[in-house]
Amino acid sequence: MRTWLHRQTFRPDITVVVFFGVVAVFFYGSILWTGYMSLTRSTLIPNYNFAGFDQYIRLFTNQRWLVSCLNMVIFGVLYIVGTLAFGTLLSVFADRRIRAESLFRTIFLYPLAVSLIVTGLSWRWVLDPVNGLQGLVRGMGWESFTFDWLTDPDRAIYTLVIAGIWHSAGLIMVIILAGLRGVDDDLWKAIRMEGIPLWRAYLQVIFPGMRPVVTSCVVLLMSDVIRGYDLVIAMTKGGPGIATEMPAKFAVDYYFARVNLGLASAASISMLVLSLLLLAPYFYSEFRRRM
Amino acid sequence: MSSVSIRKIRKSFAGLTVLDSVDMEIAPGEFIVILGPSGCGKSTLLNVIAGLDDCDSGQIVIDAVDVSGLEPSQRGLAMVFQSYALFPAMTVRRNLSFGMEVAGTPKATIVQKVDWVAKLLQIEALLDRKPSQLSGGQRQRVAIGRALVRSSSICLFDEPLSNLDAKLRAETRVELKQLHETLKSTMIYVTHDQIEAMTMADRVAVMHKGRVEQFAHPQSIYEKPASLFVAGFVGSPAMNLLEGSLDGTGCFLVGLRSISSSAYPFENPSAGEAVLGIRCEDIGIVEPGSPDSIPAQLAFTELLGADALGWFDCLGKRMSVRLGVDAARSMAKEVGLRFDMAKASFFSAATERRL
Repeated sequence: MRTWLHRQTFRPDITVVVFFGVVAVFFYGSILWTGYMSLTRSTLIPNYNFAGFDQYIRLFTNQRWLVSCLNMVIFGVLYIVGTLAFGTLLSVFADRRIRAESLFRTIFLYPLAVSLIVTGLSWRWVLDPVNGLQGLVRGMGWESFTFDWLTDPDRAIYTLVIAGIWHSAGLIMVIILAGLRGVDDDLWKAIRMEGIPLWRAYLQVIFPGMRPVVTSCVVLLMSDVIRGYDLVIAMTKGGPGIATEMPAKFAVDYYFARVNLGLASAASISMLVLSLLLLAPYFYSEFRRRM
Repeated sequence: MSSVSIRKIRKSFAGLTVLDSVDMEIAPGEFIVILGPSGCGKSTLLNVIAGLDDCDSGQIVIDAVDVSGLEPSQRGLAMVFQSYALFPAMTVRRNLSFGMEVAGTPKATIVQKVDWVAKLLQIEALLDRKPSQLSGGQRQRVAIGRALVRSSSICLFDEPLSNLDAKLRAETRVELKQLHETLKSTMIYVTHDQIEAMTMADRVAVMHKGRVEQFAHPQSIYEKPASLFVAGFVGSPAMNLLEGSLDGTGCFLVGLRSISSSAYPFENPSAGEAVLGIRCEDIGIVEPGSPDSIPAQLAFTELLGADALGWFDCLGKRMSVRLGVDAARSMAKEVGLRFDMAKASFFSAATERRL
């Protein structure tokens, strides 16, 4: 077997070229094509006549797109901060060597095994004013109990945040816990010798020393926010009205339901630029660290 | 300056005895080195003194106050760790001041102390750097500085030099010794490096399997090891050991050879199975066949620069003898070895204790 392996003139470079070729054509090629489409007046059929930045002007005067962007910011900030805070808190509890730690870890990691569609559907049922939590509490006798965020245009976005945090907090817990387990025992001893209270130890010594881990978590969650589509579809379908529209949903809707290739492409490219802008500080700091 | 009494400390972990009734009395201002191979319990003992580990029974008494139940930070100790354990995201200045800040020390005092320690350890230029921008030696200085600003009268060191390269280790060793002379605080220093133990300690505690085998001045540890373990562990090359028996009339019998033990100052005279230990510098080379000598064959010599070691096959053992460089170069194949019995050690084969 070994000699047979050695006789094969295995060429890693060819494998790599094929792989990069596929990526170049289907990934970067698609990006370029989308970019081109966003500069045309294409609707159902691609139209290769150059039309300048018309689509971008239409996009950024479109009320639905602006609401989508605003929603993404609200959802993004609350989701990232909430998930990080909740996941970190869980990891700190787990790090204090609680009993049945692995049981809790499994419980908290479990939502991640459930697809976002199922998460969204379950939370829609739980938060449904008639059949869900509100109905249950009213049924038990508290007639005036109201929890109808899901159908309240001003509050529906926060139900997405709740479901999102529930889904991702376990993952963040596991990542941060792995980082905490890597903390040198001597550092904890030094903290005890100095008599530093636990909360200051975590906030001022341990977590600042885990910056790369926390940054990775933020980047991971950021990508969730930008491509946030399935949770919205499963929970609110963008409603009530356009109260929970998201940019990714906007793009998909305009590609396939409203067959406006040009505007949808403009939306996609805007999202790409936004992602790059958000990730730029991360790459910049990583790059500087390497120098 | 504070005294430390370690009284009957026992600790076992998962059925394994880590510390087996350790007793130690440390006088104010002493530099104590706890020496032993890895797994002998020396780091555990230090952690128990610091309060970082609980013991099963026994007491730690500092200045006549039993601190056994107190938190580490309340015992008035400072500690330096092997991996430095600096706070990673803080500058050197913050590393030095953070503990005092948490303790609520007035700002002016903090500044004053940080300046004092930075000057003492010559780390003034590093104060605004992060630990990741420092070399190993600089990090260790900062770690020592962080221990010193606590102004504790007792300082604990957990193998602080193990992560440094040989040259830096030798330099830092000297500086630590000088620091002890300046500050005159009580220092307890754990290491597996016998050179550190020999050069720095006022007294060395040699530990083995959770027990203190010997607690004495480094020179007497070297010259009069209290047990077979100490004899084998301290000194490089290790002490030459010969198994035989004492006949009770002043003779040590190895096979058919008889070596007079009349010059040896017995502390516990006894007869029976015994082990003779003799340092390589306490063996003289004489003409083969001279009286009171044992025939030996030269196996090889090692030149060490300042002197040399000759390795001889003698009484079925390979023995080392310290030689002058010239003598080593012109060493004959067949020689006689003469042991300086006044400086030798006898150990009981049964108890492994010094006779």
